[in-house]
Amino acid sequence: MYTQELDVRGADPAPAADPGVLEQHFLARVDAEQKIEPKEWMPARYRSMLIRQISQHAHSEIVGMLPEGNWITRAPTLRRKAILIAKVQDEAGHGAYLYSAAETLGVSRDELIDQLLSGRAKYSSIFNYPTTTWADVGAIGWLVDGAAIMNQIPLCRCSYGPYARAMVRICREESFHQRQGFDLMLHLARGTAEQKAMAQDALNRWWWPALMMFGPPDASSTHSGESQRWKIKRISNDELRQKFVDFTVPQAKFLGLALPDPLLRWNETQQRHEFGPIDWNEFEQVLKGNGPCNAERLAARREAHAEGAWVREAAIVHAEKQRLRAARQAA
Amino acid sequence: MHDSRHWPLYEVFVRARGGLDHKHVGSLHAADERMAIEHARDLYTRRQEGVSIWVVPSKAITASDPGETESLFEPARDKIYRHPTFYDIPDEVKTL
Repeated sequence: MYTQELDVRGADPAPAADPGVLEQHFLARVDAEQKIEPKEWMPARYRSMLIRQISQHAHSEIVGMLPEGNWITRAPTLRRKAILIAKVQDEAGHGAYLYSAAETLGVSRDELIDQLLSGRAKYSSIFNYPTTTWADVGAIGWLVDGAAIMNQIPLCRCSYGPYARAMVRICREESFHQRQGFDLMLHLARGTAEQKAMAQDALNRWWWPALMMFGPPDASSTHSGESQRWKIKRISNDELRQKFVDFTVPQAKFLGLALPDPLLRWNETQQRHEFGPIDWNEFEQVLKGNGPCNAERLAARREAHAEGAWVREAAIVHAEKQRLRAARQAA
Repeated sequence: MHDSRHWPLYEVFVRARGGLDHKHVGSLHAADERMAIEHARDLYTRRQEGVSIWVVPSKAITASDPGETESLFEPARDKIYRHPTFYDIPDEVKTL
């Protein structure tokens, strides 16, 4: 008998089943664009790759609340504050959808959170940069969420059902994030000289880290082969990065802001923008934990988790007490 | 699996508008049913996605076994006479 309880891994198929046959069947389903669902047979590498990717994605949403949360109390108007609170709340929701999707693969929420807090798990390196001015909230929405959408839209068609469904919901909500960011930048860019300078400064600091969000160049990306074979990843890092640049250049022009890349130019024959080299050494350093805010971000998450412990425990004790009381009254 | 220190998992179903079925939208952890409803409200209906929520402990759901998909669902495949399009009705015959 099967239970739907998705944080319990399904029993392995009967030992008689030949792993080669199971894998062929699995690949045929992936090739036919069918979705793989939690309790079905899947290669162990597929499972572990998904757990890694989905949980990193979830951690990124949760850590991603910190740089922007930093500005909630200092938002310049009530309208902007309400928008920012809604956006940060969405990020928490995205983290929750993704943790749930990861749990369907047989890993527990506690295990995943422990991986983040102990520093074993990675999250998007972009959130290890500081938000030093209000304009950063605009630049993050416009560029960071813009890059995230570019990465996430192909994931809506990913072969793993629960991940694909979570991504559909997330992409629907991300669009508001990007637009409010652009709207914020537009107001600053059309404001006083000082406000425009603040927007330009934010763009200067976030542009390159945003391009790094697409991951290492295709030539040195270690996980891409299998991931593409299994239709988890559908479009390569470099292709997505190029698309992002091509989309963003005219938007920056509309804002009257300059992208901080002297080598950026339109290539008429290739119908695309050429752009300067990315500092992959910086990317590696931030990934290794040496970015400007790595220690601060993890410390903030650990503190929040530790300070919430009594609430989690009290809720369980309360629920148990209510159950016992109801049982006594029924008796 | 039922470790009392952990919040159990619930499956969430939302009715988008009056007249529609409740539809599975995802899952969440909560200490009890009441909290599950409150979390589901915050998690799945931030943009007026629903007018009613059901939460069910995940372990209370019994599901068909993906390994038995064929034996459960294949027998219906060759019974095409169960569909109205199986029958050729002459054009002259109306409202049928």
